[in-house]
Amino acid sequence: METTIAGKTVKINDQGYLTDLNDWSREVATALAEEEGITLKDEHWPVLEYLQNEHKQETALSIRKVGKSGVVDIKGFYALFPGGPLKKASRIAGIPKPASCI
Amino acid sequence: METQELKQEAIKVEPAKVKKMMLILSKATIDNVYACFILANGARMEGIEAEIFFTFFGLEAVQKEKIEHLHVATVGNPAMHIPTLLGGLPGMEAFATNMMKKEMEKLDIPPVGEFIEILEASGVKLWACKLAMDMFHLERKDLVDEISEVITVGDFYHRAEGDNTHLMFI
Repeated sequence: METTIAGKTVKINDQGYLTDLNDWSREVATALAEEEGITLKDEHWPVLEYLQNEHKQETALSIRKVGKSGVVDIKGFYALFPGGPLKKASRIAGIPKPASCI
Repeated sequence: METQELKQEAIKVEPAKVKKMMLILSKATIDNVYACFILANGARMEGIEAEIFFTFFGLEAVQKEKIEHLHVATVGNPAMHIPTLLGGLPGMEAFATNMMKKEMEKLDIPPVGEFIEILEASGVKLWACKLAMDMFHLERKDLVDEISEVITVGDFYHRAEGDNTHLMFI
């Protein structure tokens, strides 16, 4: 379905994840983050960028992988995206919800 | 007495969400240990609080000396689909465990020691059972640093207070 985020028409699925990464912009990310109760700061962007790059390379994302990325450690990841970091960060990054259990 | 006007609010009925998982690990077979850790980690990934109480044989999973030597049971475990007599041969447990570990690594499941570090970093609280510690003549220094404290079962129950907390025995 289509919706308007930050004044832009974007396509999302029923869980509120963007279905096309081309719809993503920093403004869209900021609005999505606000919905998740997160105010994006400088430290958030490298993590979002990392997630997008991994997604483009079709890597299955996991907390363990993020922790080993060198971009952020696990404690930092939970601190940046409290209450479910992987699924929230993925939504803000405009990539699909990870199906990982780890 | 002053009466307050009550504002009638529409009662919104939302399904109660799980807030906290209190897991009790009493076994040291590697499959049980992983089940417990994955449940705890999975809870944190969904924004649910999680704590683990290591008791009885479960303490093996947090003992520095034993942590990398946990095995899957090849005897008395029908799911292994090997005859009991074969399962009892020397080295069978280690062999089956290695096979399992290889498969798990493929799925990005960390080894037990690293998993404990991940749990701690994710905000999972880890507790050791006092009675079981006494029974196995263990001391705090025998356990990994990630264990917060040695507590009693009563202490653990108190930590389970609050709505939508679930206890699970493994």
